[in-house]
Amino acid sequence: MTVVETGVDMRTALGAVEIPGPVLTASGCSAFGQELEPFVDLTALGAVVTKSVQLRPRSGRPTPRMAETPSGMLNSIGLQGPGIDGLLAEDLPWLAERGARAFVSIAGTRVEDFAELAERLRGVPGVLGLEVNISCPNVESRGEVFACDPVAASDVLSAVRAAADPAQPVYAKLSPDVTDIVSVARAVRDAGADGLSMINTLLGLVIDPDTMRPVLGGVTGGLSGPAIRPVALRCVWQVHAAMPEVPILGMGGIRNGLDALQFVLAGASAVSVGTAVFNDPSAPVRIHDELAAVLAARGFASLSDAVGHAHRPAGVER
Amino acid sequence: MTGRNGHAGHVTEPAPKPAHPPVQREVEVVGRRPVNAYVELSLAAPEIAERAEPGQFLAFAIGGETSALLLRRSIAIAGAGDGVVSVVVAPHGPGSTWLAGLRVGERVDVVGPLGRPFPAAPAGARALLVGGGYGAAALVGLAARLRSQGHEVAAVAGAASADRLCSVAELSALAAPVEVTTDDGSAGRTGRVTVAVDELLTGVGVVYACGPMAMLRAVADAATALGIPSYVAVEESMACGIGVCMTCVLPVVGEDGRTRFSRSCVEGPVFGGDRVRFDDVGKLPHDVVGADAMGVVAP
Ligand SMILES: Cc1cc2nc3c(=O)[nH]c(=O)nc-3n(C[C@H](O)[C@H](O)[C@H](O)COP(=O)(O)O)c2cc1C
Ligand code: FES
Repeated sequence: MTVVETGVDMRTALGAVEIPGPVLTASGCSAFGQELEPFVDLTALGAVVTKSVQLRPRSGRPTPRMAETPSGMLNSIGLQGPGIDGLLAEDLPWLAERGARAFVSIAGTRVEDFAELAERLRGVPGVLGLEVNISCPNVESRGEVFACDPVAASDVLSAVRAAADPAQPVYAKLSPDVTDIVSVARAVRDAGADGLSMINTLLGLVIDPDTMRPVLGGVTGGLSGPAIRPVALRCVWQVHAAMPEVPILGMGGIRNGLDALQFVLAGASAVSVGTAVFNDPSAPVRIHDELAAVLAARGFASLSDAVGHAHRPAGVER
Repeated sequence: MTGRNGHAGHVTEPAPKPAHPPVQREVEVVGRRPVNAYVELSLAAPEIAERAEPGQFLAFAIGGETSALLLRRSIAIAGAGDGVVSVVVAPHGPGSTWLAGLRVGERVDVVGPLGRPFPAAPAGARALLVGGGYGAAALVGLAARLRSQGHEVAAVAGAASADRLCSVAELSALAAPVEVTTDDGSAGRTGRVTVAVDELLTGVGVVYACGPMAMLRAVADAATALGIPSYVAVEESMACGIGVCMTCVLPVVGEDGRTRFSRSCVEGPVFGGDRVRFDDVGKLPHDVVGADAMGVVAP
């Protein structure tokens, strides 16, 4: 990796834990980091956000699992993964051996699942913190997604915060498919979330004109990529405006340094790069360098000076 | 490499991992040649050419940095040598049409070589290579390798029609006999590749195939029925090509006899033909590892 020397201090933090740079991978878009090693110095990333893990191994959904859409894609993977035992036995040690920081995404279908996962991850070497993927159906509420109900979402976050290692920051990953994202953000913050990851994918649909049926085996899927960037940015903006003290890990369609800059200006103190990795496996490092360069070009001495800068009152230049 | 003593009656072993990691490079198009309904592109990519093994593929970015088509297009390597690697592009959607339209001198971002190569043939075995449509291109390098290792090689190239055939001349220089089949009879024998495959299987020690899923299945079934190991290179749709997105999975039986949703890009594209559960592609059978957690239970 070539870290371009811009003189901009790119250090930032996830909760109280300092990280050397603000660019992370996005959950489910870089697996557990291994496959990116030929393209990216994993230790130079802010962290590797791992694919959401559940208690048991999951096969995921049948294919077709994706459809390309204008400036994006629809996916319906169904959280295929090794389960917490596999993650602890293989994937996390692999990252720790290399000195890469893991921000571990956890998922479940009941509050206790999330708490158990957080418990199992206490003190695990290399685990910097937890991202709680609450865009999962809640079996105790007829499958309603946790992230769409402020009460269910805060139940999960308070259980995770109570069970997790106190040294590990806990971020709640929010869904944009809600009427008022600020109220969900406030609920999970009050429940103890140390930060917010936003946004997860938007629910979408593609129909095949030849078969005249939905393309995806799971009918609907999650929309990601540059197509959702304005939605993601709006969410970050609204939440930062309401709660400027809450750290935000921003994501949704980030493809280059100027995209990342928009998220920082809207209030994100770090960003995740997801779908862009499919297009360019070296994107996380490239975007780090580009962000440093565009911050330098705008006279910022540090990343932190730029966080939320777009919210400054009219007439205030700096 | 292959044995009759595989687990649970399998006559193949999973294809081995590639010897070298992939690289990402922006490379120049140094050759472009229409081949029937397809376009063969040659790329100046020395690091990829020297690492490439038969059966591996390249993943192309489409349309530059601001393109609205974000997903990589994965295409089998048709040839590699002297610093140049070539692929045969079949233009059908917007991405492959863009690729096929590249001119000599233009540049394209490519990742490769990717995926597991075809495993070696058993010592002294006669090999049968079966290519469907542009899939035949992926077998040319393999035919050359097998010949250089002293194997006898026969081949079948099939397609819907004469204009969809590919690499017949290249294969004819390396293999004998080379049979051609077309569904509409516009070239060679009329019918599917199996009309020729069934005849040529006698005395064959290993079968390699590349092409559409229905063809791979027919070829694998025919080989397996005779206890002959077969290796198929699948053409699943792939979003990333490097193993991070999980979109490209197939139900494949592992060495331990258990079925997993395996990624075509990193656990494949070459799989043992008797290990791919062709019947269950697009389904979630209860005995796939982790199906229970999806709520699928044994009947
Ligand atoms: C193929 C795919 C798989 C994903 N899997 C997960 C996942 O396991 N957990 C999760 O929290 N988000 C998952 N996401 C959502 C991303 O982490 C991210 O929030 C979203 O895609 C928006 O960012 P992007 O536009 O940069 O991809 C997935 C996205 C994609 C495209
Ligand atoms: S194409 Fe992305 S994992 Fe195989």
